[in-house]
Amino acid sequence: MASTTPQTIIEKIWDEHLVRQHEGEPDLLYIDLHLVHEVTSAQAFESLRMTDRKARRPDLTIATVDHNVPTIDRSLPNPDPLSAQQIDVLRENCKEFGIPLWDIFDLRQGIVHIISPEHGLTQPGMTIVCGDSHTSTHGALGALAFGIGTSEVEHVLATQTLTQSTPKTMSVEVTGTLGRGVTPKDVVLAVIRKIGVDGGIGHVIEYRGQVFRDMSMEGRMTVCNMTIEGGARAGLIAPDETTFAYLKGRDFAPAGAAWDEAVAYWRSLTTDEGATFDTYVELRGEEIEPHVTWGTTPAQSIGISQAVPKPEDAVSPWARETAERSLKYMDLRAGTPIQQVAIDRVFLGSCTNGRIEDLRAAAAIVKGHHVAATVKAMVVPGSGLVKQQAEREGLDAVFKDAGFEWREPGCSMCLGMNPDILLPGERCASTSNRNFEGRQGAGGRTHLVSPEMAAAAAIAGHFVDVRDIK
Amino acid sequence: MRQVTTVTGNAIPLNRADVDTDQIIPKQFLKRIERSGFGEFAFFDWRKDPDFITNDPRYKGAPIMLAQQNFGCGSSREHAVWAIEDMGVTAIIAPSFGDIFRVNCSKVGLVTVELPHEDVNYLISRMEELPQTQIVVDVASQTVSVTGTDWKRQFAIDPFVKHRLLNGLDDIGLTLQHIDVIAEFEATRSTLKPATTAAFADTVKTP
Ligand code: SF4
Repeated sequence: MASTTPQTIIEKIWDEHLVRQHEGEPDLLYIDLHLVHEVTSAQAFESLRMTDRKARRPDLTIATVDHNVPTIDRSLPNPDPLSAQQIDVLRENCKEFGIPLWDIFDLRQGIVHIISPEHGLTQPGMTIVCGDSHTSTHGALGALAFGIGTSEVEHVLATQTLTQSTPKTMSVEVTGTLGRGVTPKDVVLAVIRKIGVDGGIGHVIEYRGQVFRDMSMEGRMTVCNMTIEGGARAGLIAPDETTFAYLKGRDFAPAGAAWDEAVAYWRSLTTDEGATFDTYVELRGEEIEPHVTWGTTPAQSIGISQAVPKPEDAVSPWARETAERSLKYMDLRAGTPIQQVAIDRVFLGSCTNGRIEDLRAAAAIVKGHHVAATVKAMVVPGSGLVKQQAEREGLDAVFKDAGFEWREPGCSMCLGMNPDILLPGERCASTSNRNFEGRQGAGGRTHLVSPEMAAAAAIAGHFVDVRDIK
Repeated sequence: MRQVTTVTGNAIPLNRADVDTDQIIPKQFLKRIERSGFGEFAFFDWRKDPDFITNDPRYKGAPIMLAQQNFGCGSSREHAVWAIEDMGVTAIIAPSFGDIFRVNCSKVGLVTVELPHEDVNYLISRMEELPQTQIVVDVASQTVSVTGTDWKRQFAIDPFVKHRLLNGLDDIGLTLQHIDVIAEFEATRSTLKPATTAAFADTVKTP
């Protein structure tokens, strides 16, 4: 329905999916695409079975295995019987409820947030959910996409809808251009540093401004991916020529006349002139440096030229206490220049930075060098297709020659549900999204960085400024 | 979901901000396919410290948990809610909650109460000093009070969540009452959206 009041893209997509609105009740929203993986679905399927309910729209649902899968030789049995069981249960559930599954030996298998855009399943204007908080990734293509819990997974399976109360809207505008060596990862870390890990609570973010318009599709995915780390459930970027060029020709993208029709509709998905947001945040692209996190929340980050901050400089008593706890956990001293901090491990991968552009960027830094003797480094492509493409381009050889391990696709050491974990006390430069205590292994210490910064740290054995290279 | 009208008892004063769901239930316990039994693994790593608050016998079995802002941020894992529920907690009071966590609580029947910082601080210090303090969370009147004092605060709650809590109503059952509206929406829905059906034929075969 055409509205005369100016609307944000968020409100447009919301209205388009409104199944039912009733005073005193949350809106009932239609869900266009439901992504399923092994860890958060078993109890939902079990409950459907117990209540004798069916999956309403298996044709709008797709499953893969990513969190638990081993990243070494997959012809061997899964070393962990519990993981193996969870994967088996997903297989049985998919079969019983008629849901397509891209299983472990399927070339299309991979991290759920990588494979859906890669195949063109993620499209502008859609509502997309998954039992995973990084579902916000899909907002990069102009979709309203957010993570849900297992009860909601069950709700979507049973009804293809979700009850949702209207979110607040936030405009995050990054103006100007980025300096050399500054990546989408640094942009999103800078945004989270600015708004804080709870700044986005209750909001959906629209990322606006020249920096995002200039950004590649995969870079936009990195930004939207980490939206949840700033407390917002969803973040999106209005579709434009970059979006259309990315989608064209992908497996599930419309073709022929349907393509033109789709593009015409997608072009309408922008925030109208005069539309207002509940909250505004602005950053200047020129001021963003390559970032490194020093603490145990994604907001605890600094520019690579800076030193670990002093807790007493924190803005509030809370931030101070959290900073003290974080420094203790991370075994860091305030005032230490971050470039002096040595690392033991490097992890290149995850739904944040496990795409082909990420691997290309890291390989360009690595080429002709060798990983420091004190460092163990690994590359885990985000999907079977990313891995295949990287191998076609010879990137695997670049990494392997440099001393990196080259693995099979999955979540891997982003959360260490499979055997890829940090040992207690190990310090890791990681391209993933969470530096929470123990995230990559109990007692492990995670520093979030861009793929370029991770690659440079792998070679140097400590953090370095990528802008100083070459 | 279960019905909750009032929650009365003492509270675990977990005086930390930004408690993420990785801390509430670490990944190694997400491999279970059951829905129960997560309580013994709640705060698994933090609990290794004998001084951690949930190890204090004075708060054992408390039906309320107190925490600082952004409680339950991070991963969407509902296992975090199941773990806290399984510890015997039915209400959590904090200045703010992670969005997904808060919704997950509302589906399971765990009451999330948002109170301003100073009120949470008051309750935390009171609980620390007098661990037997009885707090009452009343869903119907939307109040939190401390027994034996005149301290009482009002809290906001989504009216629909309140309705479901008070009546123990299953969300899915309620939505299914509108199945005709959903079917009608589907019938008029744009055909531009992709269907995964094309991925189907060759995918259900597993080795
Ligand atoms: S890569 Fe990490 S953050 Fe992304 S879906 Fe997997 S576990 Fe979650």
